[in-house]
Amino acid sequence: MLTLQIVPYAEISGLSSIGRIRKLLNIAKENKIVLLEGRLTKEEETELIKVTMEEINKNFRGIELAVLEPEQGDMGGLAKIRKGFANVLLGNRTGLTVIGPANVVKQIKKDPNKIQLLTQESRSRKKKKKK
Amino acid sequence: MIKLVKKFINKVLINIFQKKKHIKLGLYGPPNAGKTTLANRICQDWLGEDMGKVSNIAHETREIQIKEQISLKKDGKELSFNLVDTPGIATKIDYEDFMKVGMKEKAAKSRAKEATKGVIDSIKWLDEMDVVIVVLDATKDPYSQVNITIIGNLAARDIPVLVVGNKVDLKKANMKKVQAAFPQYELIGISAKYGKNVDEFYEALFVLAG
Repeated sequence: MLTLQIVPYAEISGLSSIGRIRKLLNIAKENKIVLLEGRLTKEEETELIKVTMEEINKNFRGIELAVLEPEQGDMGGLAKIRKGFANVLLGNRTGLTVIGPANVVKQIKKDPNKIQLLTQESRSRKKKKKK
Repeated sequence: MIKLVKKFINKVLINIFQKKKHIKLGLYGPPNAGKTTLANRICQDWLGEDMGKVSNIAHETREIQIKEQISLKKDGKELSFNLVDTPGIATKIDYEDFMKVGMKEKAAKSRAKEATKGVIDSIKWLDEMDVVIVVLDATKDPYSQVNITIIGNLAARDIPVLVVGNKVDLKKANMKKVQAAFPQYELIGISAKYGKNVDEFYEALFVLAG
């Protein structure tokens, strides 16, 4: 059974960087797919990869990660400044971050505006179809 | 007091000149994108020797490798740097993937363990780099979060970046897709294996790091 856990940004906003990473990774290690409202900072994303590597063992093979961000192309200069300021104060609440344990999620395909999760089940179904 | 000020000024000046003389040029990217193949191409062209072993199995490079004092010369200009070839950055490493390509379980587990350490080292070394070449496999999906995270991190650290789409000799290579994924960066399509567009790559390197 596939379990998705939605994490509102408010749940991690009060935590330190390592606290955020630990919280999200702990959920993924329970074989749940994390849907985080908003995104981590670039530095936190890198730290997430680093901590993931430190935790890999025979039961936990790592994560699949994808971040979906809203289009910013047509955003005006003032709107961009306002958004940057809000991000500094409140954290980046726009977009969506998906963290799937590699045992469950085999691949995340990402086009600019959509995310496709390829799970182990859908892969085996594909194989059966081919037969 | 004067002595202290002198010492401080000397230290700053030494740091500035040392930095200019010993630029650290890093090769970053996902596993199997061709970082070591490109490192070998650069080393063969300018030193006449290879840098590291390449393989079709992912995570062949599992330790940071450094080749010191490479000098590129072009039109009277010279660019000297220490080349740092890094292990591919990944978010997952499964020893069973190595067994699928014929490795024994013990060797596969050992390779997986070394590969995880390699990823950690690559990330730790990000802070050490002066200039980075991000090597992507032009036949693969460029929107992978690893690519976006690496490039975003370098931008956040104000490290100059050149994005290279490798393996353009293959039919599946799609440089338009890679460019669409990173429109704000200069992109060069090369074949590190066969030397295609390598001169353009060196020119871009001069512009970026020279």
